[in-house]
Amino acid sequence: MLQEESDLSLIIAQIVQKLKGSNLYSQLERQAWASLQRPEIKLESLKEDIKEFFKISGWEKKLQNAVYSELNVFPLPSHPAAPPEHLKEPLVYMRKAQGSWEKRILKSLNSMCTELSIPLARKRPVGEQKELLNKWNEMGTDEPDLSLFRPVYAPKDFLEVLINLRNPNYENGDSLSFRTHLGLIQVPLKVKDIPELKECFVELGLNIGQLGIDDSTQVPPELFENEHVRIGQKVLAEQDSAAAQQYIRQGSPTALRAELWALILNISSQPEDVLYYEQLKTNVIQHDLLVDSLIYKDVKLTASNDDYYFVFEDYLYQVLLCFSRDTSVLSHFAFNSASPPKSYIRGKLGLEEYAVFYPPNGVIPFHGFSMYVAPLCFLYHEPSKLYQIFREMYVRFFFRLHSISSHPSGIVSLCLLFETLLQTYLPQLFYHLREIGAQPLRISFKWMVRAFSGYLATDQLLLLWDRILGYNSLEILAETGFCHVAQAVKLLSSSHFSCLSFPVSWDYRYAPPCLASNVVFYLMYIIDL
Amino acid sequence: MPRECQRSEYHVFQPLTSSPQGYGRQDLSSENQNYKGHGLSKGKEREQRASIRFKTTLMNTLMDVLRHRPGWVEVKDWLRENFDHTYMDEHVRISHFRNHYELTRKNYMVKNLKRFRKQLEREAGKLEAAKCDFFPKTFEMPCEYHLFVEEFRKNPGITWIMKPVARSQGKGIFLFRRLKDIMDWRKDTRSSDNQKDDIPVENYVAQRYIENPYLIGGRKFDLRVYVLVMSYIPLRAWLYRDGFARFSNTRFTLNSIDDQYVHLTNVAVQKTSPDYHPKKGCKWMLQHFRQYLASKHGPEAVETLFRDIDNIFVKSLQSVQKVIISDKHCFELYGYDILIDQDLKPWLLEVNASPSLTASSQEDYELKTCLLEDTLHVVDMEARLTGREKRVGGFDLMWNDGPVSREEGAPDLSGMGNFVTNTHLGCVNDRKKQLRQLFCSLQLQKKASS
Repeated sequence: MLQEESDLSLIIAQIVQKLKGSNLYSQLERQAWASLQRPEIKLESLKEDIKEFFKISGWEKKLQNAVYSELNVFPLPSHPAAPPEHLKEPLVYMRKAQGSWEKRILKSLNSMCTELSIPLARKRPVGEQKELLNKWNEMGTDEPDLSLFRPVYAPKDFLEVLINLRNPNYENGDSLSFRTHLGLIQVPLKVKDIPELKECFVELGLNIGQLGIDDSTQVPPELFENEHVRIGQKVLAEQDSAAAQQYIRQGSPTALRAELWALILNISSQPEDVLYYEQLKTNVIQHDLLVDSLIYKDVKLTASNDDYYFVFEDYLYQVLLCFSRDTSVLSHFAFNSASPPKSYIRGKLGLEEYAVFYPPNGVIPFHGFSMYVAPLCFLYHEPSKLYQIFREMYVRFFFRLHSISSHPSGIVSLCLLFETLLQTYLPQLFYHLREIGAQPLRISFKWMVRAFSGYLATDQLLLLWDRILGYNSLEILAETGFCHVAQAVKLLSSSHFSCLSFPVSWDYRYAPPCLASNVVFYLMYIIDL
Repeated sequence: MPRECQRSEYHVFQPLTSSPQGYGRQDLSSENQNYKGHGLSKGKEREQRASIRFKTTLMNTLMDVLRHRPGWVEVKDWLRENFDHTYMDEHVRISHFRNHYELTRKNYMVKNLKRFRKQLEREAGKLEAAKCDFFPKTFEMPCEYHLFVEEFRKNPGITWIMKPVARSQGKGIFLFRRLKDIMDWRKDTRSSDNQKDDIPVENYVAQRYIENPYLIGGRKFDLRVYVLVMSYIPLRAWLYRDGFARFSNTRFTLNSIDDQYVHLTNVAVQKTSPDYHPKKGCKWMLQHFRQYLASKHGPEAVETLFRDIDNIFVKSLQSVQKVIISDKHCFELYGYDILIDQDLKPWLLEVNASPSLTASSQEDYELKTCLLEDTLHVVDMEARLTGREKRVGGFDLMWNDGPVSREEGAPDLSGMGNFVTNTHLGCVNDRKKQLRQLFCSLQLQKKASS
């Protein structure tokens, strides 16, 4: 009891510390001072009166949302004496693996740099700055020569690293049994099994209404949809972050989604945020970074070639170029197993005083990175708001998909969860695929790394991301991967599914053809297995 | 070499040439398809299913659809050339109306619409007539030149677009803001007139350019929607659920009037743009477009927009109803080009009697083949339908000598209350399932009655 209490007070203290530096704090202070003018505030009961005032004016709600937001991101409780590396990643071998992976990436980046003799960063001449400013809203029309650039790495390279992960302290002396994990990932991490998933994702049970299923044309809207929309509007009116997160587990109505996500991520477009974005834009105009070319290349290779996202090409540049200059992103490395690369001023290698983070936000884009932003363009059209939403999504979720860690939402755990589900519940399929040399993880890995962006129809993808936000976890990606593989080989062909059309055959090297069909339906199936 | 479409002449059939499946480009402004059918005579039992013969000049999607249709046989030697003047047996169907140009050529369409509007105003008042205001102000050139100049002077500084009446795929179109620009053009055409009389003057229309189009990702787009008309008297029209939005490759700005690539969203023009990458289509399916709008503006605004679009179809068809030569052999699949402006108001750009059936991507191929299959289902050479269906595959019966309601029973013609039109543009198209159910139940009905 005492331990819990002291844990709690520690957490409270840390959150208070964090919020003290935020905008909200100064706004609350100002509001409190201004409220002294009001007649209902009496000196005798100052504290209660101000509290009451905050409640009525909605400021308390804002504070609640901020606290809730911090709690979502807050790392798991750790030992008070743990060093900061443990916050990033408690397991030594994982840290080591991440460290050596990072070294490889940097080596690749540096060699590209030397080969092409392009500096990591350079100041743009005034003429070029003017030109870029004019073209800011249509950078997609630029056709720079990117033939010499290549992405620093692709998901499949990363997969190889994960496959070779081993825990040196783990000795599996047991002989092969049906419990042996036969997948590609060979690290003993704890992943949830179906009963635990059931408990965790209780809102996806068959007896609970879902958007994506219960709003289809055959179902009369009175049964579920109308009420659900009404509740959604109420949640938005109350501006309650926690309620929104709970609500969205059943899916978000199309018209409310943009606001709901902003509420859950606690993004409100304040003038300071717009200014901050403008500042980043100025940085982009003034300096050209090598990573910019990588971003260009990635957008041209992936998002511009997508049948639906090509329209948003310009927005992608506006977001990603600014993202790479945003130093506030560096704070997330406190709980990310990755560390931002450092670059040293020429001739001062190793001297910390002459080191800067490169790129300024510490994130090196890989092949497919721009697909994290593309679906968001569907919802947000104002560049600074789009930017904020993306940044928050990245520092809450997406970073876990390309760093090596033992976190339950980390990519390693997701892969393990995927393989375990497949081996446990569809063993014949699993063994058969192994036999023919088509390890299922190799197929589904790229889907999970991209959070299915580009592999699902947009409306299905957004319903999936609703659940990611609702459950504050990426485990749903592993489940979706499992469902896709299963569905695509027609193994879920019991009578329940006769109304859905499955492909007769499927070239496993590519994503299953009918990915437009219902993601949520399959998730519910798995929860009710 | 593209051939010009001339007035009331149908084209000589081309010998069949093979073309690569799926993605070839073809000039389709002049093709014509005919189906000669030996229909099942009613009431007689036949042991062997009779075959339906067809002939077409079209390759690609249509050929695939026709070849796959059970019981349809292609004939190598065909028949006459001028269907205008020949007698057709009762069981023959032809895929054009004799004088479809009344609807599909811009100058005629404008005339008919103006006349219809006047009539509506007389009969039903200004409010009803205002429903015809989906066509930007248009003047036929050169005959209405003076009227145009008057309008031009009333609105200085706005942009106008000049379009040839009979060409397609964006050819010959240009924008202008100054009278000087077209005066030069007029001089050129005039002088050539005097020299050679036998070169026909190409008619143009000058139309007010819509300067505030709805933009997505900074790009302009227009919508291509398919409407199947089975007869004009009475007016029976079907609306296909699928369609697409065609994007311009470059970002929209009014500064570059001369940049044809920005302003014209015709796929044909976009394909020649330096930005164009053939691998990426520049199209969105209508379902995706509808979802995008709903997430941005809410479902009610989208409902209103699509209702206004329905209105465009109905009014435009009504305006030529009395002019089109009615012929029970004829049916026609129109491609409507609609532009949306920033106030979510739809505008009619033009109607095509021969919409392109070439596929630009796999998705496009599927859309067009399904569209054609369903068209043939509605035409019903096999005489399977009862004639009372409100939906066949992806087609919804939009107008049946009166509005058609989604609900069962007689439509509420007062226009108030719960009347919702039977259109589902941009909605889910579960056509396979619907067709299966439809044909199963038709078979059962037939068995029951025989």
